[in-house]
Amino acid sequence: MLAALRPDAWDLPLLVHVAGAMLLVGALVVVAVAMAGALRGGEGTTVLTRLTLRTLLLGALPGYVLMRAGAAWIASKESVPDDATWVGIGFSTADGGLLLVVIATVLAWRASRRGAAGPGAAGRATAALAVVLVLAYAVTIWAMTTKPG
Amino acid sequence: MRPAFSRRINVPGVTTYDWLLFLHVLAAFTLVAGLVAYAVIVLGPDGDAARRALVAPALAMWNVGGIGVLVLGVALAIDVDAYDLLDGWIVAAIVLWLVASAAGGPLSAGLRDDARSLDRRRARMLYAVMAAATAALLIDMIFKPGA
Repeated sequence: MLAALRPDAWDLPLLVHVAGAMLLVGALVVVAVAMAGALRGGEGTTVLTRLTLRTLLLGALPGYVLMRAGAAWIASKESVPDDATWVGIGFSTADGGLLLVVIATVLAWRASRRGAAGPGAAGRATAALAVVLVLAYAVTIWAMTTKPG
Repeated sequence: MRPAFSRRINVPGVTTYDWLLFLHVLAAFTLVAGLVAYAVIVLGPDGDAARRALVAPALAMWNVGGIGVLVLGVALAIDVDAYDLLDGWIVAAIVLWLVASAAGGPLSAGLRDDARSLDRRRARMLYAVMAAATAALLIDMIFKPGA
């Protein structure tokens, strides 16, 4: 019911937050799929590995910044209790997620330096981190929309 | 303003309305993930390798997300007493959904069948329409003009 009751002043920060989150999640899905393609080997391995790094740098990280800035902006307008379960889930996955996105970016960079040898273990770890992040953000979306507790 | 289905299911404090909203938003995220994948194919410099790896997931996410957004959105509009399917912002959302789908269809078909059959300039134009309609849809959903 928040959507029906939300004051107009929250709309713009919410738009920034949701648009950033959508870009972040979309980029992470592309990272997982492209790296999986690179790990299969064959023609295009190097291209797909570089695509993964570029998607993290130009999609996931800017999306994270927008999502987190929008969250801080709307939190400053909305009097949400800090101990609410859904707020805790949101901040945990946001702050923990940044660390994992940065680690995935470093791993993707290492994988891209291997060139035709294929992305190797760094590529596998990048794809795994992207999948973990997407699942964590799905739980976060559930918490943000249903607001349990 | 109270949702018609106010009974709680499984999780304490979470109503059927909440589940519908969650699935609606999840579908929107899926739709945008498809849009991001199409952006990489159409706008990126990675050529056929990116197309081969991403076109099937992009199509699946765009279609599943699109259908989910529409069906669950209509269910929400019926469920919430304050909303009506003929509200201006809901009608606008359906029109924007149709515009995005109308552009997405030929782009998906062209990329899936054979990228060479789809002129790069036309692909970019179709993608721009999809992206603009989806962005306008998101703005409409959040600002709900006239609601």
